[in-house]
Amino acid sequence: MVMDPRLSVIDTRLARIKRLIAVSGGKGGIGKSLISSLLALTLSRLGYTVGLLDLDLSAPSTHVILGIEGVYPKEERGIVPPEVHGIEFMSIVYFTGDEPTPLRGTDISNALLELLAITQWGSLDFLIVDMPPGIGDASLDIIRWLRKAEFLVVTTGSKVALETVKKVLKMLNELNRPIIGVIENMKLRDSSVVKEELKKFEVPLLGAIEFDMNLEDSIGDANRLLERDAAARLKEIVMRNPRFNLEQGR
Amino acid sequence: MHEWSLAEAVIATALEESRKEGLEEITEIKLKIGELQQLDVEIFKFALDELAETLDEGSLLKEMKIKMEPEKAIFKCRVCEKEWDFGETGLSEEEYEAVHFAPEVAHAYIRCPSCKSPDFEVIQGRGVLIQTIKGKR
Ligand SMILES: Nc1ncnc2c1ncn2[C@@H]1O[C@H](COP(=O)(O)OP(=O)(O)O)[C@@H](O)[C@H]1O
Ligand SMILES: [Mg+2]
Ligand SMILES: [Zn+2]
Repeated sequence: MVMDPRLSVIDTRLARIKRLIAVSGGKGGIGKSLISSLLALTLSRLGYTVGLLDLDLSAPSTHVILGIEGVYPKEERGIVPPEVHGIEFMSIVYFTGDEPTPLRGTDISNALLELLAITQWGSLDFLIVDMPPGIGDASLDIIRWLRKAEFLVVTTGSKVALETVKKVLKMLNELNRPIIGVIENMKLRDSSVVKEELKKFEVPLLGAIEFDMNLEDSIGDANRLLERDAAARLKEIVMRNPRFNLEQGR
Repeated sequence: MHEWSLAEAVIATALEESRKEGLEEITEIKLKIGELQQLDVEIFKFALDELAETLDEGSLLKEMKIKMEPEKAIFKCRVCEKEWDFGETGLSEEEYEAVHFAPEVAHAYIRCPSCKSPDFEVIQGRGVLIQTIKGKR
């Protein structure tokens, strides 16, 4: 029986990471990448050592949000992610550049596995993982391989997004994976629909981030992003919520 | 030098397998080395030997022999079914390096020589696979 050696080494690669938070949610376009990026920045500014791993291989975005370019990992018994804005940052874009990289499910799984097997993270308080949308091959593989992961689930207040998010929550429950809670993003008006829909799941609604008309102007500039309301709201959610367990501070 | 991280993966798998199978000693690991990943086989071999010494749990790997069998990379277009090999792809040095780190990145730089499609399959020779692990109980 042919064996893939890479599977055995994932846990070793993640051994020095205290907490691994996977930012998930059903659909694309609901703010997973924005929240992953802001979460990594926020925790880093609070004094934690933080890594950010972009695993949405079909549509990597966190490098755009944080304005990361002109850096490349070092090769040293694996690949060592460069530190940008105080964050150890890893993404497939180092290797694909701007080229479109059409990957089938098996190719995505293979590339994910390669990244997990060869990336040498430092000692991290947090590794934030930007997840691909959906509950297909890629998400299932990541959930299976990142045994340490806790899930932070993003939704919007739209019934359309919630429909898929409920499936994600149900799947995580069935797979017995810990869920930190749900963040409602792009909130436009007061409504209890998210709260109502989440009742069945025993998953806390951690808070909401309002829709920010001017956010786009700050995309690509980490410092300006941190000045936006969205960043302030996320920081509040993270600091206030006992599930993030930050009270010990740094 | 990311050969080291893959070598570590091979040794970890061998040790895991020996625990599962109750082996007292691992005598041989047979590997397939896919061309697409362009491993430096000398460094890879050196890394395997070094790691076998340092990571060994109770000299399980003392007598271990490593056999490596190279495997040519062959691509097949999913659109027009043309098959071709790595020698015909003409990548730049940077592209080679990117493919070395993550062979799937080939889909960013390689196109079907006949119809230009990026939708192709690597039918063999992607990277490192363990064919067999032999040992004594
Ligand atoms: N709270 C918000 N207010 C305004 N725009 C937002 C907000 N959250 C995300 N966006 C924008 O919406 C788009 C999709 O967000 P993104 O994080 O890429 O979603 P996903 O990763 O879930 O596909 C991006 O342009 C992002 O800047
Ligand atoms: Mg995204
Ligand atoms: Zn073709």
